[in-house]
Amino acid sequence: MADRTKAAGIALKALTGLACILIIGMVAIILGNILINGMPRLTLDFLTRAPEGGMTAGGIFPAIFGTFALVILMTIVVIPLGVATAIYMHEYAPRRSKMVQLVRLAIQNLAGVPAIVFGLFGLGFFIEFIGRGMDRVLYGGDLVYGQPAILWAALTMALLTLPTVVVATEEALRAIPQSYREVAYSLGATRWQMIRRIVLPQAVGGILTGGILAISRGSGEVAPVMFTGAAYFLPDLPTRLNNQFMELGYHVYVMTTQSPDVEATKPILYSTVLVLLLLTFLLNFTAILIRSQIRKRLRYGR
Amino acid sequence: MDASAVTGQKQENPAVIRTEELRVQAGGEPILKGISLEVQRGEILSIIGPAGAGKTTFLRCVNRMAELDPGIQVSGSVTLDGRSIYSQDVDVAMLRRQIGTVFSVPIPLPMTIYENLTFGLSLSNHPRSAHAGLVENALRAAYLWEEVKDRMDEPARNLSGGQQQRLCLARALTLVPRVLLLDEPSSGLDPISTAKIEEALQQLKTDLAIILVTNNVKQAARASDRTAFFLFGELIESSPTEQLFTKPRDFRTADYISGRFG
Repeated sequence: MADRTKAAGIALKALTGLACILIIGMVAIILGNILINGMPRLTLDFLTRAPEGGMTAGGIFPAIFGTFALVILMTIVVIPLGVATAIYMHEYAPRRSKMVQLVRLAIQNLAGVPAIVFGLFGLGFFIEFIGRGMDRVLYGGDLVYGQPAILWAALTMALLTLPTVVVATEEALRAIPQSYREVAYSLGATRWQMIRRIVLPQAVGGILTGGILAISRGSGEVAPVMFTGAAYFLPDLPTRLNNQFMELGYHVYVMTTQSPDVEATKPILYSTVLVLLLLTFLLNFTAILIRSQIRKRLRYGR
Repeated sequence: MDASAVTGQKQENPAVIRTEELRVQAGGEPILKGISLEVQRGEILSIIGPAGAGKTTFLRCVNRMAELDPGIQVSGSVTLDGRSIYSQDVDVAMLRRQIGTVFSVPIPLPMTIYENLTFGLSLSNHPRSAHAGLVENALRAAYLWEEVKDRMDEPARNLSGGQQQRLCLARALTLVPRVLLLDEPSSGLDPISTAKIEEALQQLKTDLAIILVTNNVKQAARASDRTAFFLFGELIESSPTEQLFTKPRDFRTADYISGRFG
């Protein structure tokens, strides 16, 4: 009997260990494969030129720029919106209010909606409804905003990442001791002063963590932007909010499925995927740097 | 209480804080069952009583912090200098600036010592040039000036527990309040820190009305001019401290101060 328990113990340890090794192995294979096949073409030329010859030559600069611009626009929208939502729910709304329960339910559902549905929603709501509406009212029916554009893609992406920011901010707000709020009130703070002077500085780390997660998600998603603004091929960079743009993830998708010459495209494809990974890491890393700078400035915080 | 004595006192030294029939319910449960008390400038009123007597709730009604908790209902009247603090036109933030509060555990805000002290000032339109003077006065009054005058830019949490509580006292004093509320201010402190706070209170009371909630019967006997005894949300007795401790009128007061319960 004792032998059997012992054997079961060893087997279990082996199985759980194996699961871990499997994960590490998969990551190593994916990254290794991309690195080995992607490195040779990863030249400065590749990073700074537009695609040529039907994606079989040239670089991917417009896609890098487009992804950057998209993520930054998205961040500008999603952080204020997400933080405001979380602050209302946690600091203003009465506890156990129907409104908050409804918002929370909506956010949970939003988090569960497939990315492609966001893409279709963006097409239907932002472009067809808002964009066309703006064109009718402001531009006498000329086609200005009623078409796929980086603005609509960024808004769609912001909706997709909204739950992440709301949840992270709420966590951060929950972690602030209630006693800090009471001290602020006892010293004559209004609610808004209390939020601005105590809550926001204390929550900024958590808010930025939410931002980082949103950026990670946003810079890799293809489905939300494929109907709302990403272009198949567009050597010009977006300079206005209603311009279309190239996006790395979408570019990968296009090269995989639409290339006239699969073999010629393959090395470019590998390098593009590598760049996409590096860019995601870079964006993440920058956000983490900003967070640690802010934390250092608030070194008396938690 | 002798009615003529009250009116006699009122003429020379009117009550700063007066509560009448103050009742509080939380989710239908009564916490305070009609408390009528007053405190004047120049005196320290201590409130004693076992846990659950409603001492803290009483304080939280005076600075209108009670309403921050959901499900709390306050009725009856509380006046500051004769004006109801629960009337519609009262600016709660302005009111709280006139009522300093020290909590039972030191709560330094996550900032420097100086930022803690100027926090209240910076919320209103006090000119920045006046901050340093108000901070120094408050620190001297809290017997903390000598210990922190060269450490103003250190994080407040670097201070010891006793220093932190005096910092919290000083922080409340920077706004030059009319009333000071202390909720068991020395519950976690060593005897020396406690003594310093009590000494500070004796100096402060010339300009202030002070309400001191304490679990420590000896502290009430030492530090206060009048003592009120609360039990299960009722005011059992309030008398000059010496009288309450030597000749309590109610047997429950006698039992409590002699340590037979609570």
